[in-house]
Amino acid sequence: MKIHEYQAKEILRKYGVPVPDGEMATTLEEAETAAKSLFSKGNAAVVVKAQIHAGGRGKGGGVKVVKSLEDAVARSKDILGMQLITHQTGPQGQKVQRLLIEAGSAIDRELYLGLVLDRATGRIVFMASQAGGMEIEEVAKETPEKIYKQPIEPALGLQPWQARNLAFQLGLTGKQINAAVAFMMGLYRAFVDNDCSLMEINPFITTKDGDLLALDCKINFDDNAMFRHKDLKELRDLAEEDPLEVEASKFNLNYIKLDGSIACMVNGAGLAMATMDIIQYAGGSPANFLDVGGGANQEQIENAFGILLSDPNVRAIFINIFGGILRVDVLATAVVAAAKKLQVKLPIILRLEGTNVEEGRKILKDSGLKFEVGATMKDAADLAVAAAKGGK
Amino acid sequence: MAVLVDKNTRLIVQGITGREGTFHAKGCAEYAKQFGNDIVVGGVTPGKGGTTHEGWPVFNTVEEAVKATGANATMIFVPPPFAADGILEAEAAGLPLIVCITEGIPTLDMVKVWEVVKRSKSRLIGPNCPGVISPGKAKIGIMPGRIHKEGSVGIVSKSGTLTYEAVYQLTTRGIGQSTAIGIGGDPIIGTSHIDALKLLNEDPQTEAIIMIGEIGGTAEEKAAEYIKANVKKPVVGFIAGQTAPPGRRMGHAGAIISGGEGTAASKMAAMEAAGIRVVKSPAEMGSTMAGLLGKK
Repeated sequence: MKIHEYQAKEILRKYGVPVPDGEMATTLEEAETAAKSLFSKGNAAVVVKAQIHAGGRGKGGGVKVVKSLEDAVARSKDILGMQLITHQTGPQGQKVQRLLIEAGSAIDRELYLGLVLDRATGRIVFMASQAGGMEIEEVAKETPEKIYKQPIEPALGLQPWQARNLAFQLGLTGKQINAAVAFMMGLYRAFVDNDCSLMEINPFITTKDGDLLALDCKINFDDNAMFRHKDLKELRDLAEEDPLEVEASKFNLNYIKLDGSIACMVNGAGLAMATMDIIQYAGGSPANFLDVGGGANQEQIENAFGILLSDPNVRAIFINIFGGILRVDVLATAVVAAAKKLQVKLPIILRLEGTNVEEGRKILKDSGLKFEVGATMKDAADLAVAAAKGGK
Repeated sequence: MAVLVDKNTRLIVQGITGREGTFHAKGCAEYAKQFGNDIVVGGVTPGKGGTTHEGWPVFNTVEEAVKATGANATMIFVPPPFAADGILEAEAAGLPLIVCITEGIPTLDMVKVWEVVKRSKSRLIGPNCPGVISPGKAKIGIMPGRIHKEGSVGIVSKSGTLTYEAVYQLTTRGIGQSTAIGIGGDPIIGTSHIDALKLLNEDPQTEAIIMIGEIGGTAEEKAAEYIKANVKKPVVGFIAGQTAPPGRRMGHAGAIISGGEGTAASKMAAMEAAGIRVVKSPAEMGSTMAGLLGKK
C-alpha cells in the first residue's frame, strides 16, 4: 500500500524525525490559510507540492516555490485539479486532489536515505548516498559505489555505529553526526513499527544553518502486514488507485489493469503472468493480470467477469485454467452459468487442462454458448488474438 | 532416490484441525498410501492436544508431537498472523524439514525467521508454496498428486500452477518426475532456486531439470551462475512475467520489478548464458524437455 508524502511526513514527526512545517490542503481556501500561516511564522518561501502517489512530481510541474501569498494562491490554483504527468503516471497522468503547503528550506546539500528489504540477504538494509535528489535507481545503475549500505540484524535493530558510519560516508560533520544518527534511528523505528516495505528520504537535506531535514518522504507498506495496522489502512487514498482494481479488491480478486485488449482469467499468480506472456508471444496484448485463486466458484467467476467486462478496451476474454485441486468440470459449469447470467457478448476463449477435462469440455460444448476452446495454451492464445483483432 | 520427501517421511501437520489442514493432511496420506507408504503421523493445534482428528493424534506443541510420533517433517497451514511463530516452533523442535504452505506472512516476520533458519539444521521450504512431491512415493503439500508420474525430471519453481503445468506437460508425454519442489513466491523463502538445484543435481534419480522462475529479486540470475559452474544435467527454464509492468506486484508478494531489478529479460539472459534452454512460452516446457531427452 502506498501513501502520500504529507501522510508519510506525519509518521516521521511521530518518530522525532525533522520535517518541514506544513499542512495538507484539498481546496484553494485551505491552501491560502496554510500559506498565510507559514508566511506569518517568518518563512521567506513556501512550497506548493502536488500530492499524488507517483514520483517525478517536480519535473512534471507539480512542485513550485513561492515567495508571496499571492503566488502561493496562484500556483495552488494551477496545480490543484491538474492532470499531473510524470514518468510514473503513464501518459494520461494523475489528477491532483491534494496539496502539501510547506515551509521552504535553505538547502545546502541534497542527500539520500532509504530503507528496503535486501532479498539476497533477507535483511532490511539502510542505504545512504550523496547523490540526493536523483532517481536512486539511476545512481544504482551508473555509480553503485556511491550508495553506502548497512544491513540490519533484525534482533538487534539498527545500531548507532551503523548510522554513524553512514553519516560520515555522507560527508556530514560536527553536530550533524549525532543529529543524523538520531534521524536514522527514528526512520528505522518508524519502518519496523509500521511494517513498511520501502522508505525513502529523497532528498535528505542539510540546510545553510547545518540542520537536517526530510524534504521528501516516500513510504510503502507491506500489504501482508496490514491486518495488524488498522490505523494505517485509513491512510489509503482510493482516488489514487485504478477504479477497477479497487472494485476487484472488494471481491478478493487479484487484479491489475493493463493497456491491452485481451482480458485474462487464470488460476494461480505464476500461470496468470505466463498467460499474459503467451498472449504477447502470440501477437496480442493482455488487458489485465487476474488470479482467481485455486477455489474459484461461480460467484467468484461472475465477479471476475464483471470486472473484465467493465474495461472498455477488452475485445476478447481468455480463460486459462489448470484444474488441479479445482476440477475442470466444476469450473466449466461455473463459467457457463456466469456467462449466461451476465449475458457476455464478447468472444470467450478457453484453455482448460487437468482433472476431468473431458467432462469440462463437454459442458462448454453443450451450453449453447459460443465458447472457443484451444487444444493447447498456444492454440488458445492464437484464437484469443484472432478474436480480439476481428472484434474491432 | 528423489529428494526431501519419500517413504521414510513421517509428517505432522501444524494446523491439522483447520479446514485446509484437514483436507491436505488427508490428501498427503491418500497419495502416499497408493504406494504403500503411511506418512502422516499426527498434527498440532494448540489447545486441542490429547484429542484425535480424522484418526490422527493431535498435540498442543510441536515438541510433544515430535517426541510422541518420531516425526521428521512438518507441513504448516497456520494462518498468516501466526505462521512465522509456527515455523520457529518447528525449528526449535529440531524438525529436519519444514514445509510452510501459508500465503500472506508479513515480510518483517520472515526477516526474523530467516535469521534463525539460515543458521539452522532444519530446511524450510516456502512459505507461500505448494510443497514438495516425489511421485510414486509421497508428497508434502497441496499439489494434485494424480497428474504426476514417477521418473527422472526434477522441477524447481516459484509458482504452484506453473509447476503443475510443467508436470502435466511431462506426464502427458510419458516423462516422469523425480521430485518437484515448489519453493514459493515470497521475497524471503527458506529454500532458494540454488538450494533446490543443488539437491536435484546431487540426486541420482534426477537426470534433467526444469527451472521455473518469475520476476522479482535476483535468485534466478544467481541460480544460473550456479548451473553454469556445477550442473551437467540438461536444464529447461521458463520465467513468468515477461510482460509485467515495473513497480506492480503480480499476485505473489515477491513478484515485483523494483529499482530496475528483477526483470524477466535479465533472468532469461543470465539463464541462456548459463546454457539453460530457456523457453519463451510456458506451453513449450514439456516439449523442449522431451527434445533434450530424445523423446517425442
